[in-house]
Amino acid sequence: MSAAAPSMDFPVAAAAAQGYWQGVFRRLLRDKVAVACALVLLAILLAAIFAPYVAPADPAKGSILKRLQPIGAEGFPLGSDELGRDMLSRLIYGGRLSLLMGISPVVFALAIGGFLGIVAGFVGGRLNTLIMRTVDVFFAFPSVLLAVAISGALGAGIANALIALTIVFIPPIARVAESVTTQVRGLDFVEAARASGAGAFTIIRVHILGNVLGPIFVYATSLVSVSMILAAGLSFLGLGTKPPDAEWGLMLNTLRTAIYIQPWVAALPGVLIFVVSISFNLLSDGLRSAMDVQR
Amino acid sequence: MIAYLLKRLGLVVPIALAVSVVCFALVYLAPGDPLSAVVPSDASKEMIEELKKEYGFDKPIPVQYAIWLGRTLTGNLGQSIATGRPVAAEIGNAIGNTLILALAASLVGFTLGAVLGTVAGYFSGSWIDKVVSAIAVAGVSVPHYWLGMVLVIVFSVILGWLPAMGAGPGGSGEWAWDAEHLKHLVLPAIALSVIPTSIVTRTIRALVAETLSKEFVTALIAKGLRQGAIFMHVVKNVAPTALAVMGVQLGYLMGGSILIETVFSWPGTGFLLNTAIFQRDVPLLQGTILVLAMFFVALNLLVDVVQTALDPRIRRT
Amino acid sequence: MSAPLLQVVDLVKRFPLKAAPFRRRAVVHAVDGVSFDLAAGETLGIVGESGCGKSTTARLLMHLIEPDEGRILLDGREVGRPNGVPMAAARRAMQMVFQDSFASLNPRLTVEASIAFAPRVHGVAEPEARARAQDLLRKVGLDPARFAARYPHELSGGQRQRINIARALALQPRIVILDEAVSALDKSVEAQVLNLLMDLKRELGLTYLFISHDLNVVQYVSDRVMVMYLGKVVEIGPVERIYGATAHPYTRALLSAMPTMDPAHRTAAPPLQGDPPNPIDPPSGCRFRTRCPFAEEVCAAREPLLQTIDPAHRVACHAAAAGSGHSRATALAAAA
Repeated sequence: MSAAAPSMDFPVAAAAAQGYWQGVFRRLLRDKVAVACALVLLAILLAAIFAPYVAPADPAKGSILKRLQPIGAEGFPLGSDELGRDMLSRLIYGGRLSLLMGISPVVFALAIGGFLGIVAGFVGGRLNTLIMRTVDVFFAFPSVLLAVAISGALGAGIANALIALTIVFIPPIARVAESVTTQVRGLDFVEAARASGAGAFTIIRVHILGNVLGPIFVYATSLVSVSMILAAGLSFLGLGTKPPDAEWGLMLNTLRTAIYIQPWVAALPGVLIFVVSISFNLLSDGLRSAMDVQR
Repeated sequence: MIAYLLKRLGLVVPIALAVSVVCFALVYLAPGDPLSAVVPSDASKEMIEELKKEYGFDKPIPVQYAIWLGRTLTGNLGQSIATGRPVAAEIGNAIGNTLILALAASLVGFTLGAVLGTVAGYFSGSWIDKVVSAIAVAGVSVPHYWLGMVLVIVFSVILGWLPAMGAGPGGSGEWAWDAEHLKHLVLPAIALSVIPTSIVTRTIRALVAETLSKEFVTALIAKGLRQGAIFMHVVKNVAPTALAVMGVQLGYLMGGSILIETVFSWPGTGFLLNTAIFQRDVPLLQGTILVLAMFFVALNLLVDVVQTALDPRIRRT
Repeated sequence: MSAPLLQVVDLVKRFPLKAAPFRRRAVVHAVDGVSFDLAAGETLGIVGESGCGKSTTARLLMHLIEPDEGRILLDGREVGRPNGVPMAAARRAMQMVFQDSFASLNPRLTVEASIAFAPRVHGVAEPEARARAQDLLRKVGLDPARFAARYPHELSGGQRQRINIARALALQPRIVILDEAVSALDKSVEAQVLNLLMDLKRELGLTYLFISHDLNVVQYVSDRVMVMYLGKVVEIGPVERIYGATAHPYTRALLSAMPTMDPAHRTAAPPLQGDPPNPIDPPSGCRFRTRCPFAEEVCAAREPLLQTIDPAHRVACHAAAAGSGHSRATALAAAA
């Protein structure tokens, strides 16, 4: 007769077992700062998506006669820009391009860099060295410089800017992915899986991915704030979007000379970049804390 | 130690070469044929022929790379299309100004960051810590070029205390450490220092808090060591990593100054890059990026070596 | 006696070291010519200090790392060779329980899924695999209704080790390698898990390879004991002989370091002297000679091989082997 359930082990509550992600989600919901940031981001995102319904005016139409109206002027709740277009509407519509250019590169880099890093971490050996050394070359450039270099060489334009930014973010994500994968691969339960005769794909699918995608994803979310700033920065330099597109970075550029006439109107687009960026940062921090509590 | 230095230097060479390959490839990324990228629009036929021979555009690409590499190593970075002057000369003028700006921003950033970080680390968990952490998060989330604009609005447009643009009287070539020039330095340096301040603050805060929580510190306090002496212990533990982070930040400041320099029309390498992009001046673009990237690689090497020298835990073999 | 279940012949594993460009070929001989047999139904304890090669040997047996030299035979047929035992069958026959109970379970899988993983890999259908998992949970003393859907972080160390044991049994192996399986547990929990292991062994007819640095535990569970030092086997024999009539100075030193409450068992054996030698550059001849109180010239000149001094009791020591040239050996031979 095998040993009965020992009384020395502490009694385990009969509550239903929680999945890992449910636990993370519940902890995240208790984090007031994170929830606030998520709501802010959601509001901005929804406003951008439903811009035609939310914006009071046509972002492309403006009359020179009404240029650079102050905040609170009649018909221009947030003022008007250098061509007389309504700032509020342009800011709302601007969210579309700004958010797209800020978030997409990280998403693409997550897919490509994550794949490279996981493969390098799992296979190890020479393939690992090859992939990681290649990635290291791009690490030798400061990110702003690399983004400007690639984007500058390719020429202005949204697609080129997205390519440049994706390339900038692939190395850091690949590095984190490789590091986490190598760590997980060395754990005993992976050895146990190998000892049971499972093939590489099965091991990756069942044992590696579930433990690796979490940290990689959280790291990627911390990059979104940087991406927003860089993407708007490229447009600010004239390398991303072109006039008359509504996009926050570009608006900062075209409104630069307006700081002498309507300084606060000129500063508005930057406020939004800041708000989105800091919200992503705080949300990412909250996510990391929520995931850290478990071992 | 020497063996380690040599080994580390050896590792740098392939990276430097790879970086040079990437810079070389930039010309080929540009739309249109590479020749038109390096030829000024008003060039005569003889000039075009001469440039063709000099660059070797009719030869296979690896050969072109070798030619380009050879020229670069002798200091010949080509000729700027826009100004007609040698690229190396343009960079030489500009890099000094960027260095001044970067050093000023570093000074502000590292000092402030070290102070804030240490204070937050010592009072970890308290409201002081929370405030400092909030400032740090804000610092890395703010678009520094926008902050530059806001600073100009407040201190130039509204208050009129500081100038909005440029590096001071005398244009890009002449810098002097006098009040007139320093007034021009203040705003760009502050705007540029925001990100390094935040990163240094965060790093030092984490390191200080971690060191203070280590058991050896409790043992020292139990032995009756005074706070001042304990502080020195903390500094010794934190210094290697902190210095490494600062070194890397300096590299970022040098390489990533283009946005601030654009806002303030500061005549540095960033501004040069901006010009190069708008004039489609590929030799200037390529040369500037190469120099800045190499500077970053060299700085990383220096940081690595210094960190190894300072940290007794890293094995030397 | 029928053929042994498992035979290990001259296993060698070298790990290359990067660094030091001045050494000719820096390698660590983690396992350097290890041979032993394992009979069906017995428990062989393997003891030794950290770095002696016990865990590496275990991993070599499990084919988690490839041996550089040597053979492993299951039921007399060589594993991994074309006419011998195929790897998949060897994997089913031998399973392992690891030391770190937390790291040996995937934190994202439920307990049941972890146990059922190996059978699923080998083609067992899902419902049957789950039934088997629940049956095993019952066998290790955990009620499936309460535990099957739990996650590792919700359990105590002792419970996790029980699950590790259940996982190891999922493929119905004949040999179970226990690599420091109870070392990380509190003493009281350790006793329970050991009793569970003994019960399971009887019930399922298992053979155990029990690796530990805890000599008391090894004495309690083992039928035979093998002592390793710096990658070599220095002594192997029945547990009563190893603990009662030790022949190797190293084993004697290990045993003398065991604290005991019995005043009758004050050991007069000399303790270990000197520093542990460098595994990259082991001493010539007998590796233990730098710390051995009985070392003589012959110990530096020739490496002692395993000699039988009693039925089933073998020692690799010049001082214990007659005719080796060691002064104590001739004395022993004379006394015998």
